[in-house]
Amino acid sequence: MAKTDIIIHDKKDNVGVIVIEKVSKGQDCGCWIMEDDSSSKVKSEAEIPLGHKIALEDLKEGDTIIKYGHDIGKVIKSIKKGDHVHVHNVKTKKW
Amino acid sequence: MQIPKSFLGFKRENGRAGTRNHVIILPVDDISNACAEAVANNIKGTIALPHSYGRLQFGADLELHFRTMIGTGRNPNVAAVIVIGIEPKWTKRIVDAIAKTGKPVEGFSIEGVGDIDTIAKVSKKAQEFSMWASEKQREECPISDLWISVKCGESDTTSGLASNPTVGNLMDKLEPLGVHLCFGETSELTGAETVCAKRGKTKEAQDKFMKTWSSYNDFILKEATNDLSESQPTAGNIAGGLTTIEEKAFGNFQKIGSRKFIDVLEPAEEPTKGKGLYFMDTSSAAAECVTLQAAGGFNIHLFPTGQGNIIGNPIEPVIKLTANPLTAKTMSEHIDVDVSKILSREMNLDQAGDELIKSTIKVANGRLTCAEALGHKEFVMTKLYRSA
Repeated sequence: MAKTDIIIHDKKDNVGVIVIEKVSKGQDCGCWIMEDDSSSKVKSEAEIPLGHKIALEDLKEGDTIIKYGHDIGKVIKSIKKGDHVHVHNVKTKKW
Repeated sequence: MQIPKSFLGFKRENGRAGTRNHVIILPVDDISNACAEAVANNIKGTIALPHSYGRLQFGADLELHFRTMIGTGRNPNVAAVIVIGIEPKWTKRIVDAIAKTGKPVEGFSIEGVGDIDTIAKVSKKAQEFSMWASEKQREECPISDLWISVKCGESDTTSGLASNPTVGNLMDKLEPLGVHLCFGETSELTGAETVCAKRGKTKEAQDKFMKTWSSYNDFILKEATNDLSESQPTAGNIAGGLTTIEEKAFGNFQKIGSRKFIDVLEPAEEPTKGKGLYFMDTSSAAAECVTLQAAGGFNIHLFPTGQGNIIGNPIEPVIKLTANPLTAKTMSEHIDVDVSKILSREMNLDQAGDELIKSTIKVANGRLTCAEALGHKEFVMTKLYRSA
């Protein structure tokens, strides 16, 4: 089994979660998609710590972040594939 | 794995079973704490449950106070109860409701007597209760005597990935064996509320859930600033990688596995529709939530954490699990079950669920949880609004 650096819940998700201590900028990361037990790869564009999210595609302002196959918030600042996705570029649609 | 059919518990007068055998000294109100603590200090084998409220409350807030007091005394993890209040009337109301379980309970009021004579009088009764309870032996009880509550805290993305689904796996395996289950955290289902409502077994349960969630959300919209000011998600959640309440909610929701809930309970309400999963309307603050679930009659608690919540409860043992390898290492004295190997794919959910079942039975049989060994006894009343 290839080394898993990132876990993705659902095939529809556009973000994955770092499950090693951190990924470094430029690192080729192995992804495991839980829903169908498949694998993929993504190149990290930033240093991202354990538990934080990485973008699996380019996203622009107003786009929706999908995780667990569901809407978990909106993009407030454009994000490139491989970038760190967090409170600096994503916000809740509630409240 | 063959799931154990029984555990060793304390059989109670009303047919329930306890995983613990506490004798509690329960103050009705804040000003009776000193007396309760003095008695617990005098008499070994008793614990006082001090708290901050119980005066000048009214309406639904007062009813919740009574429900929490009474439910705590009724919990099968409690062998016998002493109730101390400033005035006799509210004290008696609590004593009478606890007495219906058939367990020993006695009430005392301080007004007109003073602390010192009350402490002397109560200490004699507490000694009698403590020595009586110490004779109780654990007996074989069917696994269906377990009432398991769940709540997660200091969550991060590892909670939604692994530790919460581990609890879900346990629920999927134990629900068919007739256990009672309870999840809560109304606020932390925000963003997943429509998906959660669909898990109601009946239209009635679904509607009741949406009504409960909407009423909470209306309150938030009325009181909140532009967001929940670092409360949802918390600073700890954000440090752990959780970005929005929606993301937290879908992670939270993994705790119920593929189960459906049969009813929606008021805070601290005891379920009456038989075995199965219940949703209780609770705050998402750990100590408040577990206090309400314990008052609902639940006798063992599962608490997945990401960044490392350290909560315990005085009467309901709280088993902590984490999938975050850093937390498992840096806060090992707080973690009962380490499922971080799920992230490195050295362990699957089925195996993790089995591990959690084994630990749950061990604790039900009497093994101390980390929180018990460390002395965590957070007993926190939920207040609905300010007092008169």
